[in-house]
Amino acid sequence: MLRLLNLELQKLLLNRTSKILIFVSFILPFFVILLSSLKINVFGFFTLELGELGIFNFPIIWHLTTFFASQFKFFFAIVVVSMIGNEYSNKTIKQNLIDGLSKKEFILSKFYTIIFFSLVSTVLISLISLCIGLYYSSYTEASIIFREVEFLLAYFVKLIGFFSLCLFFGMLVKRSAFALAFLFILYILEWILFGVMAWKLDTSLAEKIQNFFPLKSMYKLIDQPFQRIAMTKFPDKVDLSYDYGTHWYEIAIVLGWTALFIFLSYRLLKKRDL
Amino acid sequence: MESILTINNLTKKFGYLTAVKDLSFTINKGNVYGILGPNGSGKSTTLGIVLNVVNKTQGGFHWFDGNISTHNALKKVGAIIERPNFYPYMTATQNLRLVCKIKGVAYSKVEEKLDIVGLLDRKDSKFRTYSLGMKQRLAIASALLNDPEILILDEPTNGLDPQGIHQIREIIKQIAAKGTTILLASHLLDEVEKVCSHVVVLRKGVKLYSGRVDEMISSHGFFELKTNKQDELVTLLENNDSFKNIKVEDDLVTAFLNTPMESEDFNKHLFEKGIILTHLVQRKESLEEQFLQLTDNN
Repeated sequence: MLRLLNLELQKLLLNRTSKILIFVSFILPFFVILLSSLKINVFGFFTLELGELGIFNFPIIWHLTTFFASQFKFFFAIVVVSMIGNEYSNKTIKQNLIDGLSKKEFILSKFYTIIFFSLVSTVLISLISLCIGLYYSSYTEASIIFREVEFLLAYFVKLIGFFSLCLFFGMLVKRSAFALAFLFILYILEWILFGVMAWKLDTSLAEKIQNFFPLKSMYKLIDQPFQRIAMTKFPDKVDLSYDYGTHWYEIAIVLGWTALFIFLSYRLLKKRDL
Repeated sequence: MESILTINNLTKKFGYLTAVKDLSFTINKGNVYGILGPNGSGKSTTLGIVLNVVNKTQGGFHWFDGNISTHNALKKVGAIIERPNFYPYMTATQNLRLVCKIKGVAYSKVEEKLDIVGLLDRKDSKFRTYSLGMKQRLAIASALLNDPEILILDEPTNGLDPQGIHQIREIIKQIAAKGTTILLASHLLDEVEKVCSHVVVLRKGVKLYSGRVDEMISSHGFFELKTNKQDELVTLLENNDSFKNIKVEDDLVTAFLNTPMESEDFNKHLFEKGIILTHLVQRKESLEEQFLQLTDNN
């Protein structure tokens, strides 16, 4: 397993473009979060301090940081798609197989890399959230700090699921640009399907079905936190309340998709003549 | 003899097209094999199948004694298929180290093999800056990394300039001289003739011949003759049962033998008949002539 990971890391880290993209997708969100946690003095008129709003309180900070950081996943998605696209355009996939890598090992080396980077990202985000939280949060009891750490698990699963989807699209169309276009098409398709179902059936049933779609199910793992922040500000407005939690079945759905995408990628490669 | 690769009734279809049809042959240790065939005869497809990149339709093959999975067997094989495929953004050393990781070979081999192909002074240049000849030599270095039991080369000199072709041939000869089994696919017959001891001839995916180069067609060779008394010579040859046919081109007479005959005896015989030769050459058909004869007859 380490050999396969090592192999793929060499391919990625010696490539300048992927190095930059990896940096952007993993380091940038932390700077953004870090910056937003600083006290900013706007031309001496007033100081803007997001921390004062209470959004860096435990346990809500877990929700907020994972939600924002996951918006940067698209940069790494480009890396995932291009690490397949490049293998095809350089024909190095053929050479790898001739050199004695099995098709299974080839897919696994990509998958391990996905897991590796998702894990690194999750660890980084949890550390930075913890630091900012400890600094700003009004509550620092261990029971409160660790109350909603399942958002970290959700973040991890969300990244793996999304990148596995990218891996599958990469294997399917062999070209990075087309694979990204496919992602976009899938996004539109999910909404069209939702629209059709909401029109033919009823909206709440359509929403339930939509939660099983690949992109939507990944999105659902970490719901948007704005409404929740608003809820903390106006606790008496009942119509604002929604289910923002991460549930085991949501994780199960995404893991199911992940397994399917990896399996299909393998099947595709196995059947294909290179 | 120890077998390295055994192919049994292998068939590959691309849709309606049958690229390889019921092909069987065995590669034994220590020989240099050539796979011959015109373009599109199934050479590369056959190699693709045994190298794990093309799926077979029917039949089978096994590496070594058959107790090893294909991808593990390939770690003991060195192969170059058509164009050299490497990561353009990595240097030669980095590319070869990646291959070391796949094959499970020590990094110390990298410099050793770069030296063999004469790329040591360019080892830290990026692959994309290489000329085609250098890329092909790097591919050979990569194939040699694991000190392979067999080296498979598919059209190794395609697209190279004369110097490049010469360099690659010299490298192949050196490797062959060390006793490494080589399988060389090519449509350049003089290339195969110069290095191979055995050939497999394919046409349209069907095997026409497999065996030693010099036994490819049952022939006793021919004489090329010149003399001042050409008409007398031709009459004499036509009345001799040892010759099956006589060809006359300007002043050159070519006489094909039916039975083995020494040039010494033949010369003596003619001299006794009063014919003095100004030119006498005895030789066998070149691989090209044999190959064309074989592919035309079938």
